[in-house]
Amino acid sequence: MKILYIIKTLTLIDLLKGLKVTLKNFFKPKITVQYPEVKTPISNRFRGKLALMKYENGEERCIACKLCSAVCPANAISMDSEESEDGTRRTTRFDIDAFKCVYCGFCEEACPVDAIVETDIFEYHMTENHQRLQTKEMLLQLGDEYGEKIVRKKAKDHLYK
Amino acid sequence: MDEFLTIFFDFLPAESIRFVLPFMKIIILLVALILGAAFLIFFERKVIAFMHQRIGPNRVGPKGWFQPFADVIKLFIKEVIVPSNADRFLFLTAPLLSLIPALAAWAVIPLNETFIIADIDAGILYLLALTSFSVYGVILAGWASNSKYAFLGAMRSAAQMVAYEIAMGFALVGVLMAGGSLNLGDIVAAQSGGILHWFWIPLFPLFFVYFISGIAETNRHPFDVAEGESEIVAGFHVEYSGAPFAIFFLAEYVNMLLIATLTSIMFLGGWESFFAGSNYLMNTSLEFLMEPSILWLAVKVSFFLFTFFWLRASFPRYRYDQIMKLGWKVLIPITIIWIGVEGVMFLANVGPWKVA
Repeated sequence: MKILYIIKTLTLIDLLKGLKVTLKNFFKPKITVQYPEVKTPISNRFRGKLALMKYENGEERCIACKLCSAVCPANAISMDSEESEDGTRRTTRFDIDAFKCVYCGFCEEACPVDAIVETDIFEYHMTENHQRLQTKEMLLQLGDEYGEKIVRKKAKDHLYK
Repeated sequence: MDEFLTIFFDFLPAESIRFVLPFMKIIILLVALILGAAFLIFFERKVIAFMHQRIGPNRVGPKGWFQPFADVIKLFIKEVIVPSNADRFLFLTAPLLSLIPALAAWAVIPLNETFIIADIDAGILYLLALTSFSVYGVILAGWASNSKYAFLGAMRSAAQMVAYEIAMGFALVGVLMAGGSLNLGDIVAAQSGGILHWFWIPLFPLFFVYFISGIAETNRHPFDVAEGESEIVAGFHVEYSGAPFAIFFLAEYVNMLLIATLTSIMFLGGWESFFAGSNYLMNTSLEFLMEPSILWLAVKVSFFLFTFFWLRASFPRYRYDQIMKLGWKVLIPITIIWIGVEGVMFLANVGPWKVA
Protein backbone atom coordinates (compact mmCIF):
# COMPACT_ATOMS: atom_id res chain seq x y z
CA MET A 1 0.00 0.00 0.00
CA LYS A 2 2.75 2.37 0.99
CA ILE A 3 4.58 1.79 -2.26
CA LEU A 4 1.40 2.27 -4.28
CA TYR A 5 0.82 5.53 -2.43
CA ILE A 6 4.35 6.72 -3.15
CA ILE A 7 4.01 5.89 -6.83
CA LYS A 8 0.67 7.66 -6.97
CA THR A 9 2.02 10.83 -5.39
CA LEU A 10 5.15 10.83 -7.52
CA THR A 11 3.10 10.78 -10.71
CA LEU A 12 1.45 13.99 -9.45
CA ILE A 13 -1.87 12.58 -10.64
CA ASP A 14 -3.94 14.51 -8.11
CA LEU A 15 -2.22 17.77 -8.95
CA LEU A 16 -2.78 17.18 -12.65
CA LYS A 17 -6.48 16.62 -12.00
CA GLY A 18 -6.64 19.98 -10.26
CA LEU A 19 -4.76 21.66 -13.07
CA LYS A 20 -7.18 20.16 -15.55
CA VAL A 21 -10.12 21.78 -13.76
CA THR A 22 -8.55 25.24 -13.84
CA LEU A 23 -7.48 24.85 -17.45
CA LYS A 24 -11.03 23.91 -18.40
CA ASN A 25 -12.28 27.06 -16.72
CA PHE A 26 -9.64 29.08 -18.55
CA PHE A 27 -11.42 28.47 -21.84
CA LYS A 28 -14.98 28.80 -20.58
CA PRO A 29 -16.95 31.94 -21.44
CA LYS A 30 -16.51 34.65 -18.84
CA ILE A 31 -19.46 35.56 -16.68
CA THR A 32 -18.37 39.02 -15.56
CA VAL A 33 -20.96 41.76 -16.05
CA GLN A 34 -19.38 45.08 -17.00
CA TYR A 35 -21.32 46.84 -14.27
CA PRO A 36 -21.81 50.51 -15.02
CA GLU A 37 -22.49 49.77 -18.69
CA VAL A 38 -24.37 46.51 -18.24
CA LYS A 39 -26.68 45.83 -15.33
CA THR A 40 -28.08 42.62 -13.99
CA PRO A 41 -31.88 42.24 -13.80
CA ILE A 42 -33.45 43.35 -10.53
CA SER A 43 -36.08 41.29 -8.74
CA ASN A 44 -39.57 42.73 -8.24
CA ARG A 45 -39.00 42.28 -4.53
CA PHE A 46 -35.72 44.17 -4.52
CA ARG A 47 -35.43 46.36 -1.45
CA GLY A 48 -33.66 49.65 -2.06
CA LYS A 49 -33.95 53.25 -0.98
CA LEU A 50 -37.12 54.10 0.99
CA ALA A 51 -39.87 56.39 -0.26
CA LEU A 52 -43.22 57.77 0.99
CA MET A 53 -46.36 57.33 -1.09
CA LYS A 54 -49.46 59.51 -1.59
CA TYR A 55 -53.07 58.72 -2.46
CA GLU A 56 -54.29 59.42 -5.99
CA ASN A 57 -55.79 62.71 -4.80
CA GLY A 58 -52.41 63.88 -3.57
CA GLU A 59 -53.06 63.33 0.10
CA GLU A 60 -50.25 61.82 2.16
CA ARG A 61 -50.80 58.20 3.11
CA CYS A 62 -48.73 58.36 6.29
CA ILE A 63 -50.86 58.70 9.46
CA ALA A 64 -47.90 58.93 11.86
CA CYS A 65 -48.75 55.67 13.63
CA LYS A 66 -45.02 55.12 14.25
CA LEU A 67 -45.27 51.38 13.61
CA CYS A 68 -42.41 51.63 11.14
CA SER A 69 -40.09 53.33 13.56
CA ALA A 70 -41.12 50.84 16.25
CA VAL A 71 -40.36 47.82 14.09
CA CYS A 72 -37.18 49.23 12.59
CA PRO A 73 -34.32 47.04 13.86
CA ALA A 74 -31.76 49.75 13.18
CA ASN A 75 -33.67 52.72 14.59
CA ALA A 76 -33.29 54.49 11.28
CA ILE A 77 -36.72 56.15 11.24
CA SER A 78 -37.61 59.08 13.46
CA MET A 79 -40.71 61.28 13.23
CA ASP A 80 -42.78 63.97 14.95
CA SER A 81 -46.55 64.34 14.51
CA GLU A 82 -49.27 66.90 15.12
CA GLU A 83 -52.93 67.32 14.40
CA SER A 84 -53.39 68.84 10.98
CA GLU A 85 -56.00 71.40 9.84
CA ASP A 86 -58.57 68.72 8.90
CA GLY A 87 -58.27 67.07 12.30
CA THR A 88 -56.23 64.04 11.22
CA ARG A 89 -52.88 63.07 12.64
CA ARG A 90 -50.01 63.87 10.31
CA THR A 91 -46.24 63.85 10.50
CA THR A 92 -44.40 67.13 10.77
CA ARG A 93 -40.99 65.50 10.51
CA PHE A 94 -40.12 62.16 8.95
CA ASP A 95 -36.40 61.41 8.77
CA ILE A 96 -34.67 58.26 7.59
CA ASP A 97 -31.01 57.89 8.38
CA ALA A 98 -29.50 56.25 5.28
CA PHE A 99 -26.46 55.14 7.26
CA LYS A 100 -28.60 53.24 9.75
CA CYS A 101 -31.11 51.72 7.36
CA VAL A 102 -30.36 48.04 6.67
CA TYR A 103 -33.01 47.67 3.92
CA CYS A 104 -34.79 44.87 5.77
CA GLY A 105 -38.24 45.98 4.58
CA PHE A 106 -39.94 45.55 7.98
CA CYS A 107 -41.26 49.13 7.86
CA GLU A 108 -42.97 48.39 4.57
CA GLU A 109 -44.60 45.28 6.03
CA ALA A 110 -45.61 47.07 9.23
CA CYS A 111 -47.22 50.06 7.52
CA PRO A 112 -51.04 49.81 7.77
CA VAL A 113 -51.65 52.33 4.98
CA ASP A 114 -48.85 51.32 2.57
CA ALA A 115 -47.22 54.70 2.96
CA ILE A 116 -43.59 53.73 3.32
CA VAL A 117 -42.30 51.61 0.44
CA GLU A 118 -38.99 50.50 -0.92
CA THR A 119 -37.82 51.45 -4.39
CA ASP A 120 -35.24 49.53 -6.37
CA ILE A 121 -32.66 52.31 -6.15
CA PHE A 122 -29.45 50.92 -4.81
CA GLU A 123 -26.87 53.17 -6.44
CA TYR A 124 -26.73 56.46 -4.61
CA HIS A 125 -24.18 58.33 -2.64
CA MET A 126 -23.63 61.50 -0.67
CA THR A 127 -20.57 63.64 -0.20
CA GLU A 128 -21.41 65.28 3.14
CA ASN A 129 -22.28 63.56 6.39
CA HIS A 130 -25.49 65.53 7.00
CA GLN A 131 -26.89 64.40 3.66
CA ARG A 132 -27.49 60.95 5.10
CA LEU A 133 -30.76 62.22 6.60
CA GLN A 134 -33.57 61.83 4.10
CA THR A 135 -36.32 64.26 5.00
CA LYS A 136 -40.04 63.92 4.46
CA GLU A 137 -39.91 66.14 1.37
CA MET A 138 -37.23 64.03 -0.22
CA LEU A 139 -39.07 60.82 0.55
CA LEU A 140 -42.37 62.14 -0.81
CA GLN A 141 -40.68 63.37 -3.96
CA LEU A 142 -39.08 59.97 -4.45
CA GLY A 143 -42.53 58.43 -3.96
CA ASP A 144 -43.94 60.72 -6.66
CA GLU A 145 -41.19 59.81 -9.08
CA TYR A 146 -41.17 56.08 -8.50
CA GLY A 147 -44.75 55.54 -7.32
CA GLU A 148 -46.07 54.08 -10.55
CA LYS A 149 -43.10 51.79 -10.95
CA ILE A 150 -43.46 50.52 -7.39
CA VAL A 151 -47.16 49.85 -7.84
CA ARG A 152 -46.46 48.00 -11.08
CA LYS A 153 -43.79 45.86 -9.45
CA LYS A 154 -45.98 45.07 -6.48
CA ALA A 155 -48.83 44.02 -8.78
CA LYS A 156 -46.46 41.60 -10.53
CA ASP A 157 -45.23 40.22 -7.26
CA HIS A 158 -48.42 39.85 -5.22
CA LEU A 159 -49.22 36.43 -6.69
CA TYR A 160 -46.15 34.97 -5.04
CA LYS A 161 -46.73 36.43 -1.59
CA MET B 1 23.70 40.53 -32.50
CA ASP B 2 27.14 42.09 -32.07
CA GLU B 3 27.31 43.01 -35.74
CA PHE B 4 23.85 44.51 -35.58
CA LEU B 5 24.72 46.70 -32.62
CA THR B 6 28.04 47.68 -34.13
CA ILE B 7 26.19 49.35 -37.03
CA PHE B 8 25.03 52.08 -34.66
CA PHE B 9 28.53 52.78 -33.40
CA ASP B 10 30.35 52.90 -36.71
CA PHE B 11 31.71 56.31 -35.88
CA LEU B 12 33.61 55.03 -32.85
CA PRO B 13 37.04 53.44 -33.08
CA ALA B 14 37.01 49.66 -32.88
CA GLU B 15 38.61 49.80 -29.47
CA SER B 16 35.70 51.78 -27.96
CA ILE B 17 33.06 49.62 -29.57
CA ARG B 18 34.35 46.74 -27.53
CA PHE B 19 33.48 48.71 -24.40
CA VAL B 20 30.21 50.15 -25.63
CA LEU B 21 28.69 46.88 -26.79
CA PRO B 22 28.21 45.28 -23.35
CA PHE B 23 26.60 48.47 -22.10
CA MET B 24 24.19 48.50 -25.00
CA LYS B 25 23.31 44.88 -24.31
CA ILE B 26 22.78 45.61 -20.64
CA ILE B 27 20.44 48.48 -21.45
CA ILE B 28 18.48 46.39 -23.94
CA LEU B 29 18.15 43.56 -21.44
CA LEU B 30 17.22 45.84 -18.54
CA VAL B 31 14.49 47.60 -20.49
CA ALA B 32 13.19 44.28 -21.74
CA LEU B 33 13.19 42.80 -18.25
CA ILE B 34 11.47 45.72 -16.58
CA LEU B 35 8.83 45.95 -19.29
CA GLY B 36 8.53 42.17 -19.21
CA ALA B 37 7.99 42.17 -15.46
CA ALA B 38 5.38 44.92 -15.76
CA PHE B 39 3.43 43.07 -18.40
CA LEU B 40 3.91 39.83 -16.52
CA ILE B 41 1.79 41.29 -13.75
CA PHE B 42 -0.90 42.10 -16.28
CA PHE B 43 -0.56 38.62 -17.78
CA GLU B 44 -0.82 37.05 -14.33
CA ARG B 45 -3.96 38.96 -13.46
CA LYS B 46 -5.51 38.04 -16.77
CA VAL B 47 -4.64 34.35 -16.54
CA ILE B 48 -5.88 34.03 -12.99
CA ALA B 49 -9.03 35.96 -13.84
CA PHE B 50 -9.72 33.68 -16.81
CA MET B 51 -9.34 30.65 -14.61
CA HIS B 52 -11.89 32.18 -12.24
CA GLN B 53 -14.18 32.83 -15.21
CA ARG B 54 -13.60 36.54 -14.77
CA ILE B 55 -12.30 39.04 -17.32
CA GLY B 56 -9.52 40.66 -15.35
CA PRO B 57 -8.22 44.19 -15.77
CA ASN B 58 -9.80 45.72 -18.89
CA ARG B 59 -10.34 49.40 -18.08
CA VAL B 60 -6.99 51.13 -18.60
CA GLY B 61 -6.24 51.56 -22.26
CA PRO B 62 -7.36 49.20 -25.01
CA LYS B 63 -8.41 45.89 -23.41
CA GLY B 64 -6.55 46.91 -20.26
CA TRP B 65 -3.13 46.86 -21.88
CA PHE B 66 -1.98 50.02 -20.05
CA GLN B 67 -2.78 48.53 -16.65
CA PRO B 68 0.90 47.83 -15.82
CA PHE B 69 1.77 51.49 -16.39
CA ALA B 70 -1.09 52.57 -14.18
CA ASP B 71 0.12 50.20 -11.47
CA VAL B 72 3.70 51.41 -11.73
CA ILE B 73 2.75 55.09 -11.70
CA LYS B 74 0.50 54.53 -8.72
CA LEU B 75 3.24 52.76 -6.78
CA PHE B 76 5.88 55.37 -7.56
CA ILE B 77 3.83 58.38 -6.54
CA LYS B 78 2.84 56.80 -3.24
CA GLU B 79 4.51 57.89 -0.05
CA VAL B 80 7.39 55.76 1.22
CA ILE B 81 6.68 55.07 4.87
CA VAL B 82 9.57 53.93 7.06
CA PRO B 83 8.36 52.45 10.36
CA SER B 84 9.55 54.52 13.31
CA ASN B 85 11.76 51.85 14.92
CA ALA B 86 12.97 50.34 11.68
CA ASP B 87 16.62 50.23 10.71
CA ARG B 88 16.33 52.93 8.11
CA PHE B 89 19.42 52.09 6.10
CA LEU B 90 18.74 48.37 5.85
CA PHE B 91 15.05 48.97 5.35
CA LEU B 92 15.75 50.94 2.20
CA THR B 93 18.66 48.75 1.07
CA ALA B 94 16.78 45.46 1.30
CA PRO B 95 14.66 45.95 -1.83
CA LEU B 96 17.82 46.67 -3.81
CA LEU B 97 19.48 43.59 -2.37
CA SER B 98 16.68 41.49 -3.74
CA LEU B 99 16.55 43.26 -7.11
CA ILE B 100 20.27 43.41 -7.91
CA PRO B 101 20.96 39.63 -7.81
CA ALA B 102 17.79 39.02 -9.79
CA LEU B 103 19.01 41.35 -12.54
CA ALA B 104 22.68 40.41 -12.31
CA ALA B 105 21.91 36.74 -12.87
CA TRP B 106 20.82 37.64 -16.40
CA ALA B 107 24.40 38.50 -17.34
CA VAL B 108 25.28 34.90 -18.12
CA ILE B 109 22.01 33.88 -19.73
CA PRO B 110 22.21 33.54 -23.50
CA LEU B 111 19.01 34.48 -25.31
CA ASN B 112 20.21 33.09 -28.63
CA GLU B 113 23.54 32.00 -30.04
CA THR B 114 24.99 35.49 -29.97
CA PHE B 115 23.14 37.59 -27.41
CA ILE B 116 24.91 37.16 -24.11
CA ILE B 117 26.44 39.83 -21.91
CA ALA B 118 29.15 37.77 -20.23
CA ASP B 119 29.94 34.44 -21.83
CA ILE B 120 31.71 32.92 -18.84
CA ASP B 121 32.65 29.27 -18.51
CA ALA B 122 31.14 28.65 -15.09
CA GLY B 123 27.73 30.16 -15.86
CA ILE B 124 25.76 27.72 -13.75
CA LEU B 125 27.95 28.33 -10.71
CA TYR B 126 27.47 32.06 -11.09
CA LEU B 127 23.71 31.53 -11.33
CA LEU B 128 23.64 29.33 -8.23
CA ALA B 129 25.59 31.94 -6.31
CA LEU B 130 23.35 34.82 -7.35
CA THR B 131 20.02 33.06 -6.92
CA SER B 132 21.02 32.16 -3.35
CA PHE B 133 22.01 35.75 -2.77
CA SER B 134 18.45 37.00 -3.29
CA VAL B 135 17.44 35.56 0.09
CA TYR B 136 19.39 38.36 1.78
CA GLY B 137 16.96 40.93 0.48
CA VAL B 138 14.06 39.06 2.02
CA ILE B 139 15.76 38.41 5.35
CA LEU B 140 16.99 41.97 5.73
CA ALA B 141 13.60 43.35 4.76
CA GLY B 142 11.96 41.22 7.40
CA TRP B 143 14.50 42.10 10.04
CA ALA B 144 14.78 45.81 9.31
CA SER B 145 11.01 46.34 9.33
CA ASN B 146 10.89 45.79 13.09
CA SER B 147 7.62 43.94 12.71
CA LYS B 148 6.72 40.47 13.96
CA TYR B 149 4.94 39.51 10.81
CA ALA B 150 7.73 40.66 8.56
CA PHE B 151 10.25 38.81 10.69
CA LEU B 152 8.22 35.60 10.61
CA GLY B 153 7.98 35.90 6.85
CA ALA B 154 11.71 36.43 6.56
CA MET B 155 12.48 33.40 8.71
CA ARG B 156 10.15 31.21 6.74
CA SER B 157 11.58 32.41 3.49
CA ALA B 158 15.15 31.82 4.67
CA ALA B 159 14.50 28.22 5.71
CA GLN B 160 12.56 27.52 2.56
CA MET B 161 15.19 28.95 0.25
CA VAL B 162 17.96 26.99 1.94
CA ALA B 163 15.96 23.78 1.59
CA TYR B 164 15.08 24.24 -2.06
CA GLU B 165 18.45 25.62 -3.05
CA ILE B 166 19.89 22.16 -2.50
CA ALA B 167 17.33 20.37 -4.64
CA MET B 168 17.84 23.02 -7.31
CA GLY B 169 21.62 22.60 -7.17
CA PHE B 170 21.36 18.84 -7.47
CA ALA B 171 19.02 19.18 -10.43
CA LEU B 172 21.63 21.41 -12.05
CA VAL B 173 24.30 18.80 -11.37
CA GLY B 174 22.25 16.44 -13.52
CA VAL B 175 22.08 19.06 -16.26
CA LEU B 176 25.79 19.70 -16.26
CA MET B 177 26.50 15.97 -16.32
CA ALA B 178 24.31 15.68 -19.38
CA GLY B 179 25.54 18.84 -21.02
CA GLY B 180 29.16 18.31 -20.14
CA SER B 181 29.63 22.00 -19.44
CA LEU B 182 28.87 24.74 -16.97
CA ASN B 183 28.33 27.22 -19.77
CA LEU B 184 24.69 27.72 -20.66
CA GLY B 185 25.40 28.20 -24.36
CA ASP B 186 27.21 24.85 -24.45
CA ILE B 187 24.33 23.21 -22.61
CA VAL B 188 21.92 24.39 -25.27
CA ALA B 189 24.32 23.29 -27.99
CA ALA B 190 24.40 19.84 -26.40
CA GLN B 191 20.62 19.65 -26.81
CA SER B 192 20.59 20.49 -30.52
CA GLY B 193 18.67 18.28 -32.89
CA GLY B 194 14.98 18.28 -32.14
CA ILE B 195 12.59 17.77 -29.31
CA LEU B 196 13.82 14.24 -28.56
CA HIS B 197 17.34 15.48 -27.91
CA TRP B 198 16.35 17.96 -25.25
CA PHE B 199 17.25 17.08 -21.71
CA TRP B 200 13.70 16.89 -20.46
CA ILE B 201 13.38 13.27 -21.56
CA PRO B 202 16.49 11.77 -19.95
CA LEU B 203 16.27 14.17 -17.01
CA PHE B 204 12.49 14.11 -16.60
CA PRO B 205 12.44 13.94 -12.76
CA LEU B 206 15.10 16.61 -12.52
CA PHE B 207 13.08 18.81 -14.86
CA PHE B 208 10.12 18.63 -12.47
CA VAL B 209 12.26 19.01 -9.39
CA TYR B 210 14.00 22.03 -10.88
CA PHE B 211 10.77 23.79 -11.78
CA ILE B 212 9.14 23.02 -8.44
CA SER B 213 12.14 24.26 -6.49
CA GLY B 214 12.21 27.26 -8.81
CA ILE B 215 8.67 28.10 -7.74
CA ALA B 216 9.69 27.67 -4.12
CA GLU B 217 12.81 29.79 -4.65
CA THR B 218 10.81 32.69 -6.03
CA ASN B 219 8.34 32.40 -3.14
CA ARG B 220 5.46 31.92 -5.49
CA HIS B 221 2.25 30.00 -4.95
CA PRO B 222 1.78 27.35 -3.68
CA PHE B 223 5.01 27.88 -1.71
CA ASP B 224 4.47 31.51 -0.79
CA VAL B 225 4.46 31.09 2.97
CA ALA B 226 6.92 33.99 3.15
CA GLU B 227 4.02 36.21 2.15
CA GLY B 228 1.10 34.14 3.37
CA GLU B 229 -1.44 36.95 3.40
CA SER B 230 -3.95 34.90 5.37
CA GLU B 231 -1.47 34.13 8.14
CA ILE B 232 1.16 36.83 8.37
CA VAL B 233 -0.48 39.62 6.36
CA ALA B 234 2.11 40.05 3.62
CA GLY B 235 5.19 38.56 5.23
CA PHE B 236 8.48 40.26 4.66
CA HIS B 237 7.11 43.23 2.75
CA VAL B 238 4.25 44.06 5.07
CA GLU B 239 5.82 47.39 6.07
CA TYR B 240 6.81 48.44 2.56
CA SER B 241 4.93 50.91 0.45
CA GLY B 242 5.46 52.89 -2.70
CA ALA B 243 8.70 52.56 -4.63
CA PRO B 244 10.51 50.04 -2.35
CA PHE B 245 7.48 47.79 -2.54
CA ALA B 246 7.47 48.16 -6.32
CA ILE B 247 11.13 47.09 -6.35
CA PHE B 248 10.31 43.95 -4.37
CA PHE B 249 7.57 43.26 -6.84
CA LEU B 250 9.91 43.81 -9.76
CA ALA B 251 12.51 41.52 -8.20
CA GLU B 252 9.95 38.78 -7.72
CA TYR B 253 8.80 38.94 -11.31
CA VAL B 254 12.33 39.19 -12.72
CA ASN B 255 13.16 36.09 -10.68
CA MET B 256 10.17 34.32 -12.16
CA LEU B 257 11.34 35.25 -15.65
CA LEU B 258 14.78 33.97 -14.69
CA ILE B 259 13.51 30.61 -13.46
CA ALA B 260 11.30 30.19 -16.52
CA THR B 261 14.19 31.05 -18.85
CA LEU B 262 16.61 28.75 -17.06
CA THR B 263 14.16 25.87 -17.16
CA SER B 264 13.68 26.41 -20.88
CA ILE B 265 17.40 26.65 -21.53
CA MET B 266 18.44 23.68 -19.46
CA PHE B 267 15.62 21.25 -20.11
CA LEU B 268 13.77 22.38 -23.23
CA GLY B 269 16.66 23.24 -25.47
CA GLY B 270 16.56 27.01 -25.11
CA TRP B 271 16.27 28.63 -28.53
CA GLU B 272 16.18 25.33 -30.41
CA SER B 273 13.12 24.82 -32.58
CA PHE B 274 10.43 22.30 -31.77
CA PHE B 275 10.62 21.04 -35.32
CA ALA B 276 14.37 20.82 -35.67
CA GLY B 277 15.48 17.42 -36.88
CA SER B 278 12.08 16.39 -38.21
CA ASN B 279 11.40 16.13 -41.91
CA TYR B 280 7.77 17.26 -42.03
CA LEU B 281 8.53 20.89 -42.75
CA MET B 282 11.43 20.34 -45.12
CA ASN B 283 11.09 22.23 -48.39
CA THR B 284 7.78 23.79 -47.40
CA SER B 285 7.00 27.44 -46.82
CA LEU B 286 7.13 26.76 -43.07
CA GLU B 287 10.74 25.70 -43.21
CA PHE B 288 11.77 28.81 -41.29
CA LEU B 289 10.09 27.29 -38.22
CA MET B 290 12.93 24.82 -38.01
CA GLU B 291 15.51 27.54 -37.45
CA PRO B 292 16.64 28.12 -33.87
CA SER B 293 15.49 31.58 -32.81
CA ILE B 294 14.86 33.74 -29.78
CA LEU B 295 11.15 33.36 -30.50
CA TRP B 296 11.29 29.69 -29.61
CA LEU B 297 12.85 30.65 -26.32
CA ALA B 298 10.05 33.17 -25.81
CA VAL B 299 7.42 30.50 -26.48
CA LYS B 300 8.98 28.17 -23.92
CA VAL B 301 9.43 30.91 -21.35
CA SER B 302 5.82 31.99 -21.81
CA PHE B 303 4.68 28.43 -21.24
CA PHE B 304 6.54 28.23 -17.95
CA LEU B 305 5.27 31.63 -16.86
CA PHE B 306 1.77 30.49 -17.69
CA THR B 307 2.40 27.42 -15.56
CA PHE B 308 3.45 29.65 -12.67
CA PHE B 309 0.08 31.38 -12.80
CA TRP B 310 -1.77 28.19 -13.55
CA LEU B 311 -0.39 26.62 -10.38
CA ARG B 312 -1.24 29.75 -8.45
CA ALA B 313 -4.84 29.60 -9.63
CA SER B 314 -5.13 25.88 -8.87
CA PHE B 315 -3.51 25.03 -5.58
CA PRO B 316 -3.91 26.14 -2.00
CA ARG B 317 -0.82 27.16 -0.06
CA TYR B 318 1.26 24.36 1.44
CA ARG B 319 1.45 24.12 5.16
CA TYR B 320 4.91 25.05 6.36
CA ASP B 321 5.98 21.61 7.61
CA GLN B 322 4.72 20.12 4.35
CA ILE B 323 6.97 22.45 2.41
CA MET B 324 9.96 21.39 4.46
CA LYS B 325 9.02 17.73 4.09
CA LEU B 326 8.64 18.07 0.34
CA GLY B 327 11.96 19.84 0.01
CA TRP B 328 14.12 17.66 2.22
CA LYS B 329 12.45 14.28 2.07
CA VAL B 330 11.11 14.14 -1.47
CA LEU B 331 12.85 16.46 -3.89
CA ILE B 332 16.42 16.02 -2.65
CA PRO B 333 16.26 12.17 -2.59
CA ILE B 334 14.73 12.19 -6.07
CA THR B 335 17.55 14.31 -7.44
CA ILE B 336 20.22 12.19 -5.76
CA ILE B 337 18.68 8.96 -7.06
CA TRP B 338 18.37 10.37 -10.55
CA ILE B 339 21.95 11.56 -10.59
CA GLY B 340 22.92 7.96 -9.80
CA VAL B 341 20.63 6.67 -12.54
CA GLU B 342 22.13 9.20 -14.92
CA GLY B 343 25.61 8.02 -14.07
CA VAL B 344 24.62 4.46 -14.88
CA MET B 345 23.02 5.62 -18.14
CA PHE B 346 26.23 7.46 -18.91
CA LEU B 347 28.38 4.37 -18.35
CA ALA B 348 26.00 2.18 -20.30
CA ASN B 349 26.04 4.74 -23.10
CA VAL B 350 22.24 5.12 -23.03
CA GLY B 351 20.82 8.52 -23.75
CA PRO B 352 20.96 11.24 -26.35
CA TRP B 353 24.07 13.02 -25.09
CA LYS B 354 27.51 12.37 -26.44
CA VAL B 355 30.01 10.82 -24.08
CA ALA B 356 33.04 13.04 -24.08
